[in-house]
Amino acid sequence: MKAIKYTGLVIFLIGLSIFTASIFTGNFSFTEQELDSFIQEKGYKSEIIKEELSKAIVTEENLNIFQFSERVRNAVETNNKHYNDLIEKYNKEKNWDKKGAQYQYRVDGKPHTISFQIAKKAGSGFVKENAGLMWFLTFGLGILGALLFMLPNLILLGKPGIKNDGIYHKSSTNRGWIAWVVLVYLVTFYLVLYFMADYVVNWTFILDPISKALNGGEASQWFVYGFLYCTIMVTMAVRMYIKYRHNKYQIIRTTSVLFFQIVFAFLIPEIMTSLNMPGYDFKNAFPLDYDFFFEWNLKTLTESGSIGLFILVWGIVLTLVIVPVMVYFFGKRWYCSWVCGCGGLAETLGDPYRQHSDKSLNAWKLERWLIHSVLIFSLLMTLVTLYCYFSGAQSFLGIKTQWIKDTYSFLIGAWFAGVIGTGFYPIFGNRVWCRFGCPLAAYLGMVQRFKSRFRITTNGAQCISCGNCSTYCEMGIDVRAYAQKGENIVRSSCVGCGVCSAVCPRGVLKLENGPEDGRINPTEILLGNDVDLMNLINKK
Amino acid sequence: MEHIVIIGNGISGVSAARHIRKNSDKQITIVSAETKYFFSRTALMYIYMGHMKFEHTQPYENWFWDKNNINLKEGYVSSINTDKKILNFKDSSTLSFDKLIIATGSKPNKFGWPGQDLDGVMGMYHKQDLEKLEKYAPNNEVCKRAVIVGGGLIGIELVEMLRSRKIPVTFLVREDSFWNGVLPAQESEMINKHIKEHHIDLRLSTNLKEIKSDENGKVKSIIIEETGEEIFCNVVGLTAGVTPNIDFLKDSGIETKKGVLVNHFLETNIKDIYAIGDCAEQHKAIGQRRNIEAVWYTGRMMGEVLAQTICGNKMAYNPGHWFNSAKFLDIEYQTYGWVFSERNKQENEAYFQWQHPKENICITISYDKITHKFLGINTFGIRMRHEIFDRWLTENKSIEHVLEYLKNANFDPEFYNLYEKDIVAKFNQENSTNIQVKKKSWKRIFSKA
Repeated sequence: MKAIKYTGLVIFLIGLSIFTASIFTGNFSFTEQELDSFIQEKGYKSEIIKEELSKAIVTEENLNIFQFSERVRNAVETNNKHYNDLIEKYNKEKNWDKKGAQYQYRVDGKPHTISFQIAKKAGSGFVKENAGLMWFLTFGLGILGALLFMLPNLILLGKPGIKNDGIYHKSSTNRGWIAWVVLVYLVTFYLVLYFMADYVVNWTFILDPISKALNGGEASQWFVYGFLYCTIMVTMAVRMYIKYRHNKYQIIRTTSVLFFQIVFAFLIPEIMTSLNMPGYDFKNAFPLDYDFFFEWNLKTLTESGSIGLFILVWGIVLTLVIVPVMVYFFGKRWYCSWVCGCGGLAETLGDPYRQHSDKSLNAWKLERWLIHSVLIFSLLMTLVTLYCYFSGAQSFLGIKTQWIKDTYSFLIGAWFAGVIGTGFYPIFGNRVWCRFGCPLAAYLGMVQRFKSRFRITTNGAQCISCGNCSTYCEMGIDVRAYAQKGENIVRSSCVGCGVCSAVCPRGVLKLENGPEDGRINPTEILLGNDVDLMNLINKK
Repeated sequence: MEHIVIIGNGISGVSAARHIRKNSDKQITIVSAETKYFFSRTALMYIYMGHMKFEHTQPYENWFWDKNNINLKEGYVSSINTDKKILNFKDSSTLSFDKLIIATGSKPNKFGWPGQDLDGVMGMYHKQDLEKLEKYAPNNEVCKRAVIVGGGLIGIELVEMLRSRKIPVTFLVREDSFWNGVLPAQESEMINKHIKEHHIDLRLSTNLKEIKSDENGKVKSIIIEETGEEIFCNVVGLTAGVTPNIDFLKDSGIETKKGVLVNHFLETNIKDIYAIGDCAEQHKAIGQRRNIEAVWYTGRMMGEVLAQTICGNKMAYNPGHWFNSAKFLDIEYQTYGWVFSERNKQENEAYFQWQHPKENICITISYDKITHKFLGINTFGIRMRHEIFDRWLTENKSIEHVLEYLKNANFDPEFYNLYEKDIVAKFNQENSTNIQVKKKSWKRIFSKA
């Protein structure tokens, strides 16, 4: 069994290495005709960009993606510098006509994005030509290895039951060097994916055939991410199934998040795209889906006929009606740990790290400040965006719509949700984003705290204050603090994952949707003593 | 200001301190030789097993004590001068008090076995025991085999701990079936089977004769009383129960028997000195309870009650219905009310038992043969709601009532299989009754008794 496990690990690492190494392969260059057709397609009017790109990438040299990217970015920079200088010059001369004429020659967009678009066409080499084989050597070996590594646990973990043996003895799950290596890999992955997508253009070649089959187009870096996301969730869900096979709640919940990720977040948008409809994730509620009210989205939707209109209405109803009503009946768990994609990754890939969430009072204070700030930020951004959309103005109360959108996308969308949110799993636990950042979680949390039928009930006085519940709470709730007082747990951050209940050795905790009455019972007495102690205390 | 000194920072002492603080601004000092900060003793096993780190077993952050103005003193009390109201410490420092609470808990039993103090012999009670275990049994290379003596709750926990590191374990149990002085045969047998399934060498009806030493004063082997068999091992765990930890009270004038003798107000024979928790012994038992109850929950309750008395609201310790819980490897156990084993069964007591055909799930409900009054329930593999059973016991419900509304009492996680129908069907069949299981009702569950 152990041999199989370690063989699996080796196979997984080989797959991961090939996947990582593949970005260093391939040649990137254009012929003169290819460049011409690209420039035409893009509608670049500048002669300089054409000249510069021609010098840079119409070549017999074997450029790898990094050299290629640098050349493209330099070409763009040279071009833009030239015209910016002219703009500056005409500005000084107060020659407004000429100044205005220069803008059309600048090449807009992020340099790495332009480089990605060109590289996607200019790439050749083993990966691109053998996408199927490469898929097997990367995804295939990764999945196979991971499964071989995890399946023996069916036997190695022994009888079904809570088996957290050795979690704090392992480097990978106790913030040891393996955890740090994973952190560096994940953080690098996100940085490259978000900010330097051209570096990983080879990965898109691997998935081009699958993308074409699904939506008719070539794979973008977001397709790679979506596909990888689903693959990782499915594979790690197998681990969840094995670990919690005694616990039906966990099995059903895992299946649910898996279903919503694969069908709603991945397949439906892809299929919609292939049918020339806007690709939309029907479960993704604003304000987590922070660009829902951006003008480009509103424009796309209003221009896509009835389906666009339907999405528009659905999106608004989802946020304003469905979300609060569902939270009222079931708590925010129906979303955060049964439906949401971020939650899905946290519950599958992130499960081995759940014990690292900080339970201190200070962390709780930080959490409440941060998450509500993000909520306010996102609402403010939407307000500005909508105002500008309807009024046609560039700014609202001095806040420029473009500035606030860029800032939010960069700080919250990319850094917080991606780089920190997932990259830091191995050190800060698996729900960093959900706990400290997600504006939707903040919104759901308010409903849950003040108006919901959901609570975690404690079983009288059976708590022995052992701390398993608190340790394994991914949201950093000090569950024990409530349980040892016999108090129901009603916290805005609780995502209802049910693990506190699972790890409790005395059967003290249960997730319940009951009547609202008696949901909050801070004065409940502990049983066992025939004196109402809390009553006595409260009298004073 | 009155100075309350508490010896022992376990659940009893800390509960007392917290409730005194809630009710007063008296000066409070907690004395402990074991650790500076309170931790949950019951969680020690999870540290060794790697589920948690030591800091996770501490219910309060370290700033808590300062913030609540509770002094913590590390030190070992060697004697008490009750006339002058002074504690003498081993390091010859002293501390004076106005009121003293003795909450020193227990220590593992040792029955005078030859070799019981060798290196590698330990109990599983104090933090220091855990440190010893980490030293003598860090893995199955250093510790080729361990022998655990004593078939109780701590014994099986220690066995589970060692098994989590793949250390072979021989488990010596004096009784002919695990814990059958407490559990009915059905349950006890199920646990026997479960222990063996975990590759544990369970030896029933077996006593320890002696522990043999190697040339360095370390454990080498043990000899079994009945067969004379020698089992080579590196660690011996002595878990044959616990005794009150009160040696330091010898010459204090405080009346003791096995534990510190107290009345129902938890007062000792000396004014202003009280005892609570494992180390307290009632002059007269309360209800069917034992005079000494070494249980987490009772320690907590005594602490809460004594805090009332100390804060001027004199109150007797009056525990409600008995309850307890434990976990035997993967099987959870809860009990409410009294279910005595066959060995200790009361004259009027009858069982109704149900067992799942395949899974480790079973229940025993005990009831009065004649009146059918519900007396208590043991559940294995099913979680039950404490409040509901507490209410039913108070209201003297019949077993028929309990079965009819059993769904209200279920506390298993959502989506778990429910067995109320099977359970009641079996009762109906055995007793030719026609009880119908009532649907779960939130109103009944949350309504106040």
